Amino acid sequence: MQLKMRRTAALATSSALLLTLALAGCATKSDGAPKSGTPAGNEPVTIEYWQYFYESKKNLVDQLIKEFQDKNPGITVNHVTFPYEQYNEKVAAAVSAGKGPDVINLYYGWLPLYVDSGYLQALPESAFQPATIQKEFFPLVDAAKMDGKYYVVPTAVRTLAMLYNQDLFKAAGIAAPPKTWDELVDQSKKLTKRDGSGKLEQVGFYFNTGGQGHNWYREVLTRQVGVKPLSADQKKVQWGSDDALKAFQWWVDLQKVHKVGEIGFMTDDVTAFKAGKAAMDVDGSFRLGNLKDVPFNFASAELPVGPNGEKHTMASFWANGITKQAKGAKLDASIKFLQFLTQPDVMERWTNATGELPARPEVAQKFANDPKLKGFIDGLPYAHATFFVDEKKDRQALIDAVDSVLLKNTDYKAALQAAAKSVQADFDEYWSKRK
Amino acid sequence: MAVARSQPAPAPGKKPAMRGSTLFRARARWAWLMLSLPLLFFLVVRLLPTLYAMRMSFYDWKILAETHPWVGLANYVKLFKDPNFLQSLRNTFVYVLVGVPLQLALGLVVALAIQSVNRFQGLYRFLYFLPYVTSSIAVGWVWRWMLQEHGGLVNEVLHVFGIPAQKFLGSPTQAIYCIIMAIVWQGLGFSMVIFLAGLEAVPTSFYEAAALDGASAWARFRYITLPLINPTIVFSGIVGTIRYLQVFSEVYSMSSQGAGGPLGSTKTLVLFIYEEAFKSFKMGYASAATVVLFLIIMLLTLLQSRVITRRVEY
Amino acid sequence: MVQHVRVKRLGIALLLLVGSVLTIFPFLWMVSTSLKPAAEIYNLSLIPDAPTLANYGRLFKQAPYFQWFLNSFLVATGTTLSVAFLDSLVGYILAKVEFRGRNLVFFLILSSIMIPTEMLIIPWYVGSVKLGITDSYLGVAFPGLITAFGIFLMRQFMAGLPNDLLDAGRMDGLGEFGLFWRIALPNVRPALAALCIFTFLGNWNAFLWPVIVIDSPAMRTLPVGLALFSYDNFNQYELVMAGAAIAVIPVLIVFAIFQKQIIKGITLTGLK
Repeated sequence: MQLKMRRTAALATSSALLLTLALAGCATKSDGAPKSGTPAGNEPVTIEYWQYFYESKKNLVDQLIKEFQDKNPGITVNHVTFPYEQYNEKVAAAVSAGKGPDVINLYYGWLPLYVDSGYLQALPESAFQPATIQKEFFPLVDAAKMDGKYYVVPTAVRTLAMLYNQDLFKAAGIAAPPKTWDELVDQSKKLTKRDGSGKLEQVGFYFNTGGQGHNWYREVLTRQVGVKPLSADQKKVQWGSDDALKAFQWWVDLQKVHKVGEIGFMTDDVTAFKAGKAAMDVDGSFRLGNLKDVPFNFASAELPVGPNGEKHTMASFWANGITKQAKGAKLDASIKFLQFLTQPDVMERWTNATGELPARPEVAQKFANDPKLKGFIDGLPYAHATFFVDEKKDRQALIDAVDSVLLKNTDYKAALQAAAKSVQADFDEYWSKRK
Repeated sequence: MAVARSQPAPAPGKKPAMRGSTLFRARARWAWLMLSLPLLFFLVVRLLPTLYAMRMSFYDWKILAETHPWVGLANYVKLFKDPNFLQSLRNTFVYVLVGVPLQLALGLVVALAIQSVNRFQGLYRFLYFLPYVTSSIAVGWVWRWMLQEHGGLVNEVLHVFGIPAQKFLGSPTQAIYCIIMAIVWQGLGFSMVIFLAGLEAVPTSFYEAAALDGASAWARFRYITLPLINPTIVFSGIVGTIRYLQVFSEVYSMSSQGAGGPLGSTKTLVLFIYEEAFKSFKMGYASAATVVLFLIIMLLTLLQSRVITRRVEY
Repeated sequence: MVQHVRVKRLGIALLLLVGSVLTIFPFLWMVSTSLKPAAEIYNLSLIPDAPTLANYGRLFKQAPYFQWFLNSFLVATGTTLSVAFLDSLVGYILAKVEFRGRNLVFFLILSSIMIPTEMLIIPWYVGSVKLGITDSYLGVAFPGLITAFGIFLMRQFMAGLPNDLLDAGRMDGLGEFGLFWRIALPNVRPALAALCIFTFLGNWNAFLWPVIVIDSPAMRTLPVGLALFSYDNFNQYELVMAGAAIAVIPVLIVFAIFQKQIIKGITLTGLK
């Protein structure tokens, strides 16, 4: 019996492997042939729009689609939403099946991946004039440009700023949020509370890496010690250089030396801030939507400046692009829909509904006096959008660098260099294939 | 097939149908007829996609790309040089080696205990099954709160006994055991039900006879219960091993950002596969890792069906 | 002697009780969180200061919770019926009918649980698109209509049935299917009950595949719907907890019904 089973198994395994190799041998290209485009005309056309589910965005887009369809009889927009975490799985499955959206909402940091593979079409210059976009949008939108062409255009953008709990500040007798790195350290110390046994009860500053911490370091802190995070041609990672080290050390020391915050306190920064247990948190404007009913006063302020006195912040955005699925009449309809979504008045409604910032300065000005939005809006003119080859791996590299200093007592320099080295390897691989 | 040997062998010559007899052939025909549809299902729904994954592992198969160049064994070579992969491979074995015996032993103990009490059996079954029913997203969050370093319930309890606060999920050495604990906690109800069903199948007359012979409780367990529920143990062992080799959602919901941290210390093979496939869109690379996992599972399954059943081989 | 047994039983009962308190504690916390107002969920006490049903209200108002519930129920019930019949039948054949190639068949079926679902969803999706069954109940349910897990389970239990029992049935003139349906199946009721519980539960909680194959809001199952409350590094935990707490109820009902079958098994096997 035993022997027989083993023989059966061996037979099954080897035949499976053989079959695999045979399959592998005969096909090198498996993508379905591109479907021929539908002829352009006035017949009714249906396009599909995909974004992840976020209640206020979903409701607004439903409303906007209704208005768009009224203005453009003959065009139907099918709005598909799905859970945020499953974004990539949905896209992966759809692409593999040759199905999916005509217009897609995606994170700008994923553009290299989508553009290189030919999944996105460049936006036609007739409808989206590069010069006009340059003139009418914030400069950070340039991150949507690859090889001189725009591939996506955002309705809204987000920046980082300092969210601070005004009630906790008042209780500690602090008048204004920190303007400099030093003030941030001093104020956080005053705002941190521990009980007799050393148990942390309130953090002055929420030190984190996974939330927005890595973005703050990479795009803001390094610039504030005079280091550009990437070389001008975006081929060299510079945020791991010796010059950047003092920014890294200052950042990690917030927890390691000053102990004003701690990774994982109350699971994450949003939760702690929402619970009124974190006095300060560097976060994005998109968070405002979740902070609507908190039982305390809070506001946003510009990020503090470092040794060189320069103001910087990180910008990011989800933007809409047109996929290769859209051809002929569908392409025309998609272009119309995209133009509609980036109109100034849509942007204004978007900000009102979601808290995300308008991508056009003319609209942004209207919100400049809102205390909750002010810190974010003020940062727009000097905000930088990072170029990512693999956003997730870039983030993980910095998370691991900080963890190894904090948990394994690794030397700052060694930890930072290891992170930069692994990201540089991804960059090298990416650029070597793009000649 | 040795997996299910536990019943006493039928006396020679008393086999229901001899090979070559008309009855034997008729039964075989019936069996194939009944099996045809299920087999077709497995072929199409499970085995073809598996072969498809095996095939992808020989290509630089990026999901979004239009062409997928053939790279031979390059994905496999890269895999065994990738510290991330090797770490998740090591971690996965920790999950299996610690989790499977723990869950099986606890499940059997609870099932035996419930069987031996004469009141509230239904209630106990219900209470121990409850965790298994609960959504692992919700449960992951609850565990993260109970295991907080500052003010988490577990640390508060330790504090009462004068033990200093532990980092638990924040520590690269403790986190994996915390997650294993949570999985065992959830899987306990599963093992309990399987063992209960197995124990119910043991005819009570066996115990009555043993009691008349004056056998001790341990002897009854060792010489009656254990051999007779052997098919159940084999089943639990194999299914449990496969389950622990494929741990994913618990790590995803209990580690920060679902990344299998801190410092990759809780990352499993399936999480690695998932990240490569759906975060980096490197399907070929993920497929290579899948094939490795597949081979490990197959090897362990064969090994288990041998080792566990040896004791009752005749 | 009787005294001794009674003390031992009491001891075991006590241990079971302590164990069960530890076991259900995280669950209690989940329920307690679902009863807390959003501002209080960070408070670590088990008993809410100001218990409220507001989260449940929001869940029903903000989301088509009943629709999700119904979809999950239909899918889980359909797959459970299918699995209970087909897995038992295949398990019986693999355990009790001798034919050439039986081991190979069993091994092939078993090998199908050796690949993680994560790697199957794309081929499944491509196939579903070709067949036009995406965004339908059939599309959500098809991968679970027969399971290797269940076949393995039923095979193990069927193998334990005495052959004499089947021979007796054959003497009484039962056909092959009759032997399975009237003799084998009733005698493995405990295992069948366990299989039904696990299958219902597995499909009730299924997430990875449904989230891919479902596009329209009307088709969403419960886990897919509940996942909508988590986004962008932030979860609306009070809603997730409330949703998860209600989601448990049908599964517990199924468990309560089928676990009685596990007990009935005693009398049946005891008769032999």
